[in-house]
Amino acid sequence: MTQTIKSLPKLSLGPVLYYWPREQIFDFYRTIAQTPVDVVYLGETVCAKRRLMKPDDWLQVARILTEAGKEVVLSTLTLLEANSELSSLRKICNNSQYMVEANDMAAVQIVSARQSSDNKGFVTGPAVNIYNSRTLEVLAKAGLKRWALPVELSLETLTELHQNRPAGLETEVFVFGRLPLAYSARCFTARAHNLPKDDCQFRCLDYPDGLLLSTREDESFLVLNGIQTQSAKTQNLLTELNNLIELDIDVLRISPQSTHTDKIIAVFNDCLHGKQAIDEAEKWLQHYILTGECDGYWHNQPGMDKTVIDKTIMDAALNTK
Amino acid sequence: MQLVCPAGNLPSLKAAVDNGANAVYMGFKDDTNARHFAGLNFDDRRAQEGIEYAHNHGVKVFIAINTYPQPSGWQRWQEAVDHAAGLNVDALILADIGVMDYASERWPELRLHLSVQGSATSAEAIEFYSQRFAIKRVVLPRVLSLKQVKQVAETSPVPIEVFGFGSLCVMVEGRCMLSSYVTGRSPNTYGACSPANAVSWNETPNGLETRLNNILIDRHGEGESAGYPTLCKGRFNVNANTYYAIEEPTSLNTMAILPELQAVGVAAIKIEGRQRSPAYVKQVAKVWRAALDACEKNPQHYQPQADWLAALEKVSEGSQTTLGAYHRPWQ
Repeated sequence: MTQTIKSLPKLSLGPVLYYWPREQIFDFYRTIAQTPVDVVYLGETVCAKRRLMKPDDWLQVARILTEAGKEVVLSTLTLLEANSELSSLRKICNNSQYMVEANDMAAVQIVSARQSSDNKGFVTGPAVNIYNSRTLEVLAKAGLKRWALPVELSLETLTELHQNRPAGLETEVFVFGRLPLAYSARCFTARAHNLPKDDCQFRCLDYPDGLLLSTREDESFLVLNGIQTQSAKTQNLLTELNNLIELDIDVLRISPQSTHTDKIIAVFNDCLHGKQAIDEAEKWLQHYILTGECDGYWHNQPGMDKTVIDKTIMDAALNTK
Repeated sequence: MQLVCPAGNLPSLKAAVDNGANAVYMGFKDDTNARHFAGLNFDDRRAQEGIEYAHNHGVKVFIAINTYPQPSGWQRWQEAVDHAAGLNVDALILADIGVMDYASERWPELRLHLSVQGSATSAEAIEFYSQRFAIKRVVLPRVLSLKQVKQVAETSPVPIEVFGFGSLCVMVEGRCMLSSYVTGRSPNTYGACSPANAVSWNETPNGLETRLNNILIDRHGEGESAGYPTLCKGRFNVNANTYYAIEEPTSLNTMAILPELQAVGVAAIKIEGRQRSPAYVKQVAKVWRAALDACEKNPQHYQPQADWLAALEKVSEGSQTTLGAYHRPWQ
């Protein structure tokens, strides 16, 4: 019996979902350039009014990362409404240098219609609805090179889709971060400040990891990030790493947060390369998680649920440390 | 503009047909449609009866198969398409790319509409479905301002349908996972938001509490009416304030801007509410028929009549209505 040797998944860093000042973004990516992450998604995917980073600034960041050996992908806006947003989208989609992460079907349509010979194809982010193999086949014909599993889907569905994927297509899984759950025309951060969206005073700048929404029992529930709503809990699939390797998943996505992102990348990288035991690393990771963790979607349960790990095993792991 | 009315069951379908609908839309009794509620929707016999009734009265019938199948359920969606095709319906309302690919290949003569769950907000997105699957109409998500609807209508390769009245999704449809985050079931995967099996109502010393899978959605004091705990329409704490942080319990009502919608070239107005009663469908269809006729006849002097608005308020969620995203300050 022959045993296939599986290559380890690459690590990716998703787009920054929050609104950070320009200098903070540059500092952040200079740090990221030094980390072992393989793929970096760049650009504004949530709100077109966030313009402290100009297109040329993003290209400069892209150069810094490319020089550090990272694969750079330009990410597009998720919810497109105004004509001005569509013109920015066309510019990103028609760039000849970098691969594009399409986060909406408009982006898929534009990149798939490009005629140039240097057409690199495209990636779909988790907000593009790929729920079955037939959808994957249609998009592969349109030039899809890598797809990210929508966040509400489970290991079971991932397994089916990945094992039956069109040849050459890469699969990416969102393994760490607050989950992007919804998008609206309304800006909830502006609403929280009694401001109209058209005069939001860029209040998102006050919340580098989004604005926490709690229930009336003060249970952390969701995070308001402009027009996007996220989970308050961080989805963390570190303990599923061996399953992901076994399944031969190509890319594991970590979603940026304002602190410790480099350390989180290091933890995943160390575990991937066997430099650190997963159950021990899981303990370290807890220090970097903002308001609780979850992994329900993975197990076909409510997304907010967390699988209970046998505590005796965790304790034993700690005692050996 | 055509009037497209909801039919959750045969009495509702008849109420829509009898009160001025140009088309009705319905779904089968399973998770292949986005109103997968107990006791709702059509089995084979009822569907045939309903379609015959509608067609005899010159009213079109659309079947919504507008959720997203995963590999384990794929067969059910494929059968729903085949089943609908055999029923002599006038169009299928689809969201999933895979289902659309199947339907357009297997039943090339069948007219396809892109569901609101397809989440297409621009001409480019619509173009994707138009080029590949020759869709004939698109239902726009309830996230665009009037100006943006106009832009899409002017550049879309196919005619557009917009929501005119009914329960309001504040999130862009087809890309909202709040419900599955809390309950494991979402409109995309299961055809329901904030499903009833996850809801609990408890009288407590603090008031009537509504919960969704144990998450407190709202608490109602004496004299406050408690609506269904749709999770985006609860009161939550943000920055030490307790308020409807996402959206109030309210319904969409675009009656005030009908001439504008007509002028930008909207082909059809959709009424939400397959889960509502035949009495709701009757009332809403009647009022909207009158409004659309008045608007068509004389758009310059069109004014929603006070009794129309009063009738709609009565059947609205939270007894209030909004223009939603059409009206920029709402955003």
